[in-house]
Amino acid sequence: MLINQFLVLAAFLFCAGAYGVMVRKNAVLVLMSIELMINSVNMNLIAFALKNDNIIGHVFALFVIAVAAAEVGVGLAIVLLIYRNRRSVDPGEVSEMKG
Amino acid sequence: MSVFSVLAAGGETVAEHSSSAPWILAHAWVLPALMVAAFVATLFFGKRMKFLGAEFGIVSSVATMVLAIGGVIQWVRLAPGTHGEEGAKAEALRAVGAGLRSFAAHFAGEEPIKLRDPIERSVSWFRNGSVDVGLGIHVDGFTVAMLFTVAFISLCVHVFSIEYLRGDKRFTHYFASLNLFSGAMLWMVQTSTTLGLLFGWELMGLCSFLLIGHWWEDKTNSDAALKAFFTTRTGDIGLLVGIVILFFAAGNTFDMAAINEKALHGGINHATLVVAAVALFFGVMGKSAQFPLHTWLPDAMAGPTPASSLIHAATMVVAGVYLFARLYGVFWQGFSITSGGMNFGSWIGAITIVSAAGLAFVQTDIKKVLAYSTVSQLGYMILGLSVGAWVGAIFHLVTHAFFKALLFQASGSVAHSGSHHSFEMERMGGLRKYMPITYRTFFVGYLALAGIPIFSGFWSKDEILNAADKNGFTLALIAGSLGAFMTGCYMTRVMAKTFWGENRLHLFHDDHDAHGAHAAADDHGAAAHDTHAHDAHGHDAHGAAVAHDAHGDAHDAHDGPHESPALITGPLVALAVMATFVGFANWPFKDFLFLKRFWFEKNIANITFEETIAAAGKVHPFNWGVAIPSIILAVGGIAVGYWYNVVKQGDLGLVRRGGVFGLGHKVLKNKYYLDALWTDLIIGSIKGPIAKMAYWINQNVIDAVINTAGRSAAATGRGVYRYIDQGLVDGIVNGAGISASTGGGVLRKLQNGKVQAYAATFLAATGLIAFGLVLFL
Repeated sequence: MLINQFLVLAAFLFCAGAYGVMVRKNAVLVLMSIELMINSVNMNLIAFALKNDNIIGHVFALFVIAVAAAEVGVGLAIVLLIYRNRRSVDPGEVSEMKG
Repeated sequence: MSVFSVLAAGGETVAEHSSSAPWILAHAWVLPALMVAAFVATLFFGKRMKFLGAEFGIVSSVATMVLAIGGVIQWVRLAPGTHGEEGAKAEALRAVGAGLRSFAAHFAGEEPIKLRDPIERSVSWFRNGSVDVGLGIHVDGFTVAMLFTVAFISLCVHVFSIEYLRGDKRFTHYFASLNLFSGAMLWMVQTSTTLGLLFGWELMGLCSFLLIGHWWEDKTNSDAALKAFFTTRTGDIGLLVGIVILFFAAGNTFDMAAINEKALHGGINHATLVVAAVALFFGVMGKSAQFPLHTWLPDAMAGPTPASSLIHAATMVVAGVYLFARLYGVFWQGFSITSGGMNFGSWIGAITIVSAAGLAFVQTDIKKVLAYSTVSQLGYMILGLSVGAWVGAIFHLVTHAFFKALLFQASGSVAHSGSHHSFEMERMGGLRKYMPITYRTFFVGYLALAGIPIFSGFWSKDEILNAADKNGFTLALIAGSLGAFMTGCYMTRVMAKTFWGENRLHLFHDDHDAHGAHAAADDHGAAAHDTHAHDAHGHDAHGAAVAHDAHGDAHDAHDGPHESPALITGPLVALAVMATFVGFANWPFKDFLFLKRFWFEKNIANITFEETIAAAGKVHPFNWGVAIPSIILAVGGIAVGYWYNVVKQGDLGLVRRGGVFGLGHKVLKNKYYLDALWTDLIIGSIKGPIAKMAYWINQNVIDAVINTAGRSAAATGRGVYRYIDQGLVDGIVNGAGISASTGGGVLRKLQNGKVQAYAATFLAATGLIAFGLVLFL
């Protein structure tokens, strides 16, 4: 089995996610981009697990999904609170530093 | 075979008892659980209740009392040998027991004692490798006797405290501690493992600390609490060492029945048992206030009187005796009690009896006399156990609990209503007329303590002396008899000073508020330690006075002496009845009316007992040869005390003239200089020389080095300043400052607070690292 396709797809997704995290003006979309990055990594894990016929990769992918779910829960709660306080979800505006 | 092997086979919950075991005995843990529940309830809801949380304690002590009586009845009616654990262990023990029983019966010339198997229940607490640590109860006659005693005295103390501490600002907390205290003791007497015992043991240490330091605003009180805590902790080191040794020696088990069995059947080698017994005995010495670790007990009088009563009678101090009696197999072998020579335990017990009784003579504070008498009586119990009088010592524990609780509470009643909250006997006198109930009950306690026949103390003390005689401990017999004489003598002094003669309270009328106790302490002009001790009482009285003023309407503190209210006299009467009659429980003669020969002994006999005392053929019939001298000595002591204190009016000429008596008086006043030994000599010798040596090194070595270094440094310094500092270093420093400032200006752009910028930096950095890894690895 060739895993090139999987790896290329995963790399593409990861780059798309990283781009989204850096430039998006909506915190919800930033969170979604993070999901994209996580899932691209998951895809790598699964691909290599299939190639090596090893169950650990699958287990680890499941583990990552569970952690990602928890992380999104916390992240959305933070976004919600930021929205309530500032009426905006632009992550660029949340800074109070002088920089 | 231990309980644990059964546990391992049976899984998580093993209730090794037949379903026919009586409910209360099989669920004895309910008693401590009730008291602990009361503790929690008092702590959380006490302040909101009508009686400030006292009702929780009262309700659960009454329930505990009812259950304890039920337990006694169930135990007595329990058919021998048909209950308790099943399995190979019980079978083996029963076979051994049967053989021994016929042996013992042969010696005693009477029908054999019918053994009841203990009721054991256990759950798996935690498991570590192959070691399964259980948490369980082991209920036998000894446990039932202890449960009854503790429950009875706890109830009396609870009732007494309602009146005695009325209006106290920490009333609720006081009751909470009292509940936990009783609960810990009730737990400790039924747990089946050394770990469970340690748990109850330490809980009691904590509660006694809380109760002794109840009025902690005064430093003397909090000092007394700390002293009690640390002294017992010192002994606890030995206890812990002993528990650990026995755990490994008995094959990874904490189960006390298994440890006893192994110790008695040669499963543990003798040297190990000697070390374990001595280590455990240090724990006993700390907790049960044996010489020379007894110094905390008299100071513990700083607590409220009912708490002292509980500490001295049923809980704290008898914990050590309980441990000794419960792990008797270990001590029996470790101290070689069969051989009949004086051993470590009997030496300590004998010294404690005599030395503490001596100290009781010079105290002017009624509670201190009683405290030293407790120490002395605990000496009897330790002595009794060490000379093979297992039953006698336990019996003495029970009888002593009743009459000592009575004496303490009666002294509390005197202070409460008769002497303006002072425990100074100088302020009492003649209270017989004013406080008839207190006087009569105290009189009963006095006779019981002095060992006058009919009253309970006589029967139990006689059994100990009898065993000491039979088993060849002549020195122990002499010490015990001397103690009996001294007890009669100093207790007569207390009676003379407190209840007989003329009332002396009006002599102190100028300062009849409770602070007067300070003045009294100063008047005595005694040694520093003694003044200190008196101070503690001044404060005790002060705390009580606060309580008193709060309900000043009930009875005016400035009246003369009068009888205490029913909430105080009620417990006194109940305890007096017990102190009179409980001695008949082990009636040594032929059955007579309701009195059954050796009823107590037959009901607390267990397998350990059978294999030790009974196996050696040491069931003792009553021995007039020991009893009559001890009666004569006790009466003689009373007569001497009466002659000196009443006829001669406590003439101090004898001790004031100096000489041997004066020296003796001085030594006793200073408590054999033991406090000085602990604080000055031992701590001082650690502190002093080391501090001096450090100082010398500081002055001569370090200073010299520093001075030389200083001078040369000053010379070099001047040169360095000019060239290196001004020229080179300043240049570097200034350069560093400028570069830091510039660098900071650049770097602060990164710390802009924008999350996405951080993410970008992070990603870039990760990418660089990844790139590096791919490239170079």
